[in-house]
Amino acid sequence: MNEVVVEVTDFRKTYGDLVAVDDITFEVHRGEIFGLLGPNGAGKTTTLECLEGLRTPDGGWLRVADIDPTRQVRQLRNLMGVQLQTSALPANIRVDEVMNLFCAYHNVPPRHDLLERLDLTEKRSAQYHELSGGQQRRLALALAVAHDPRVLFLDEPTAGLDVASRVALHDLMRELQAAGTTIILATHDMAEAEEMADRIAILLRGKIAATGTPLEITASGAGLSKVTVRTRGACLTKPGVTFPAVDQTLFNDEYAVYYSTDVGPTVSAIIAYIEAENDTLIDLRIERPSLEDRFLEITKTGGAR
Amino acid sequence: MNAFLNHFSFEFRTGIRNRTLLLMTYLFPLVVYVILGALMTGVNPMFAETMIPAMVIFAILSSTLLSLPDVLVTARNAGIFRSYRINGVPAVSILIIPALSALLHLVVIAAIITVTAPIVFDAPLPVNWPGFVLIFLLMVSGCASLGLLIGVVSSSSQMTVLGGQAIFLPSMILGGMMMPLSMVPDASARIALLLPTTHAMNAFRGLAHNLTPDFDPLWSVIILLLGTVLAFGLAIYLFTWDSSDPRQRKRAPLALLALLPYVVGTLLLG
Repeated sequence: MNEVVVEVTDFRKTYGDLVAVDDITFEVHRGEIFGLLGPNGAGKTTTLECLEGLRTPDGGWLRVADIDPTRQVRQLRNLMGVQLQTSALPANIRVDEVMNLFCAYHNVPPRHDLLERLDLTEKRSAQYHELSGGQQRRLALALAVAHDPRVLFLDEPTAGLDVASRVALHDLMRELQAAGTTIILATHDMAEAEEMADRIAILLRGKIAATGTPLEITASGAGLSKVTVRTRGACLTKPGVTFPAVDQTLFNDEYAVYYSTDVGPTVSAIIAYIEAENDTLIDLRIERPSLEDRFLEITKTGGAR
Repeated sequence: MNAFLNHFSFEFRTGIRNRTLLLMTYLFPLVVYVILGALMTGVNPMFAETMIPAMVIFAILSSTLLSLPDVLVTARNAGIFRSYRINGVPAVSILIIPALSALLHLVVIAAIITVTAPIVFDAPLPVNWPGFVLIFLLMVSGCASLGLLIGVVSSSSQMTVLGGQAIFLPSMILGGMMMPLSMVPDASARIALLLPTTHAMNAFRGLAHNLTPDFDPLWSVIILLLGTVLAFGLAIYLFTWDSSDPRQRKRAPLALLALLPYVVGTLLLG
């Protein structure tokens, strides 16, 4: 995983007076799934499109598999697979025709197995305009991976997909990752990023507001962990009982719910208290802040910690 | 090469599935052919002499100037070129393949006109077939290149209509399809020399039908050839993958350079 496949250094892109991406730097390693998160207009798609060679950066250094996507676009085509945020194909082209066409340009045999894998076999003779939005997304994905690219760019790949298609996509991503494909995933779906990405970068107004593994990012926030406890004797409900690092306490049916800034001392103190009261612990659950909680925190505070 | 042939085959087949393209390439020219054949041969007997090249040229203009530019603009503005680009389809293929596909459709329509006109309207067949084929190919190439150029520099379908009609309408009136250039007033005849149609009709008269040309048909061949090369070169140079590319608007006026051979021709022949 140490081989750097995608390098972005001091990358900058403007549209007139608007600075879409403002001097960002990150790198992605071989076989890694790297998530790009951010609200609308944060610069995710612009970053991807510059890496894909669709747009020209205004500054910085970009490399995809040691290739400059601005100047060596042709060399990049067979190494890179792309699912665009909004992809389009001729309305009258048939599913198997487009697979044949793009595979011919990539100089590989048509991958009709991918159509079966992504549940498009019955639609092989259908014209593009006859496909549903989800089917069009799946076709775009099949086309993006048909030539076994070294680097795969996915821009909102699960938008408009049903649950089964989403699972099929995630399975495919894991398989590609296991085979050494590097995947850059731009998504709004926090659960997807948390589940799939090895590392993520949160973009905010063209800058990287946070980067790291999903765990590192969630742990770095001021988010409170939720500790839910139930005992047989209900000793926790006695008035005046407090525990260290607890910010807020709630009682819900027979459960005591503590929001803690530091879960270790809180849980130790709760267990010690229950033993001291000769009560019996029935249920204890700890929920860390999710990536979504952390993302909302970052976007609210503008990335400042 | 395999990819190119695959792309060409797909483009031709999807063309047959495309109702608008079928309308502009087959139905519209054939309906006009029947109507003009019925009306004009009675009103103007000279029309029958050059009816076959005139109606073939009409089909070429309809297919290449009224249909082809919109195909490009619609595909580019819908983001289809972006999908092509990331999958390695070269810009040259995007331009050449629709033009070749149009050529194939036009061969069919030209064959229909050439076979039926002598039977239905008593129109004479060309005397020199190689000359007829050469000028047909030159006219298709010249107009297809202009159509591609209009498509490349137009920002919308409406702009393609303006660009296409700017050549199509004067061609119909002044280009020698309805009457020989010698019958057109001098000032209008000079304007007519700016049109590919005028040169194609002159070349058809002199090199395919053994009729008296309005001027040396070799000039027409040279002007059509230079016009084709220049228009296609400019179409490649000005091609953009994306409708939001800011270079498109800035460089669009360069497209007017495609008229250079016709302007020089007007100065030399007018």
